[in-house]
Amino acid sequence: MALRTEELMLNMGPQHPSTHGVLRLVLALDGENIVDVEPDIGYLHSSVEKMMEYRTYVQNVALTDRGMDYLIALQNEEAYCLAVETLAGTQVPDRARYIRVIFNELNRLASHLVWLGTWGIDLGATTVFLWCFREREMILDLFEKVTGGRLHHVYYRIGGVYADLPEGWVEACRGFLDYFLPRVDEYDALLTANPIFLARTKGVGVISRRDAVAMGASGPVGRASGIATDVRKVAPYEAYDRLEFDVPVQTEGDCFARYQVRLEEMKQSVRIIRQALRDLPGGEIRARVPMTMKAPRGEVYVRTESSRGDLGVFLVSDGGEMPYRVKIRAPSFNNLYALTEMMKGWKVADVIAILGSIDIVLSDVDR
Amino acid sequence: MSTGFVETPTGTPAEPQPRRSQIAPIAQAVEILDSLPGGGMILTTVEAALNWGRASSLWPLTFGLACCAIEMMAAFASRFDLDRMGVIPRATPRQADLMIVAGRCTIKMAPIVRRLWEQMPEPRYVISMGSCATCGGPFYYDNYSILKGIDQVVPVDVYVPGCPPRPEALIEGILKLQEQIKKEPFLRQQAALSLRARG
Repeated sequence: MALRTEELMLNMGPQHPSTHGVLRLVLALDGENIVDVEPDIGYLHSSVEKMMEYRTYVQNVALTDRGMDYLIALQNEEAYCLAVETLAGTQVPDRARYIRVIFNELNRLASHLVWLGTWGIDLGATTVFLWCFREREMILDLFEKVTGGRLHHVYYRIGGVYADLPEGWVEACRGFLDYFLPRVDEYDALLTANPIFLARTKGVGVISRRDAVAMGASGPVGRASGIATDVRKVAPYEAYDRLEFDVPVQTEGDCFARYQVRLEEMKQSVRIIRQALRDLPGGEIRARVPMTMKAPRGEVYVRTESSRGDLGVFLVSDGGEMPYRVKIRAPSFNNLYALTEMMKGWKVADVIAILGSIDIVLSDVDR
Repeated sequence: MSTGFVETPTGTPAEPQPRRSQIAPIAQAVEILDSLPGGGMILTTVEAALNWGRASSLWPLTFGLACCAIEMMAAFASRFDLDRMGVIPRATPRQADLMIVAGRCTIKMAPIVRRLWEQMPEPRYVISMGSCATCGGPFYYDNYSILKGIDQVVPVDVYVPGCPPRPEALIEGILKLQEQIKKEPFLRQQAALSLRARG
């Protein structure tokens, strides 16, 4: 008589050290193999889209920091401010555009460092975490000198930025970049020389280009599967069209490819910041926008490239002081959807590696 | 010292006094300890020693909810290094005696926070980190999904303000909790509880 087996349902999260927040995964297991994955989200739903309807356009900038993806506060502000500016037809001064580019990219570095550090811990490489946070603290120091905040800055304003760069900041930033660029190779040497790391990431969690497109994966997850799209290139905003940079693309679609893409992205970000610092024009940092600004009746959708992918903001205005409706297209949400496809057929231990490699932030998924 | 530690001066021992047989082993121990280089006898209450030990090895649950969790991670990492205070994160509530509620807690998440707290062995402590965990913070008005303060679900010992609090602020909060633990009449409470249980 053959042994009868049945599927086992395993609950992973919402409190789990490797779920990077409050994500609950309902795994259907056959032995140790994953048959099906169902992500249960909503544990961090902060109803920020609804709250934005009750606050003025100017006040909402503070909400985008906290309510959306909290690791990339400045990029959220960028997306929101860009939407309002496009709708209201505000002309942002050139200097503000360059400052925004610098801060977007510094924010990308900080976010990728958190990802690399926590993923390293998940895979058993604790040193990477300590190294990454060492460099991240330096970026936060640079932020703090200008914006006064470490994580939540509320630095961008509709029509520009809040404050000009203080004296000596540009040199400090250049010094940091010179220090940082060789560190990226150090991380790479630390991880890719490690056979355990390679065994756990190479060929694991593959998603094909076709599936990635169908599931709406974007950002490093999409680019690791061969989707050569970067909003900074295809629909440039701020000053990205005046700066030279490459978009790293891999075709393998596994965890290791996603890691390679992000590491290369860090180097490209350094390149962008260096150019922006070199070309930084003088002049005004903020257009004249009244505190009680009103956007004209209409709707707008803007796309930006955040650390996790295609971050869009859809804004509807009825001509008043507050937006009528704000919808945020969060990249993590679609990347999480692609996760179900990546995980099928792998072991439970690989769940950790795959989940870490897509770099989700639950605040971005749930909003 | 606030811990109630008394250190006797080292050096040449006083003239030998006739001792009763019950304390002879103690006298012997004093002699051995005093003769060691840097040695000495420490007199304290059991409770003070116990509380000192408990306060110096607070093991928090790695449990991040939102943004404050990133600052909590920063506090554990290179620059701030909470390991210095004996604070080492544990992945399971069964091994933890401190819960740092870092970030906003939704109504959907609240029962899970409560259950995690219940799974922790006593005596257990809770630090509410950040404005959201303390009172709902920026999500207080016009919001249907965020709990207005984690103290509606679990008892809180220390509130750390900030949005998010800097790692220094979290360290300050942990030091405040350590002070509080050192002052606790822990053994007396336990004795009273067991007496009450006996009837």
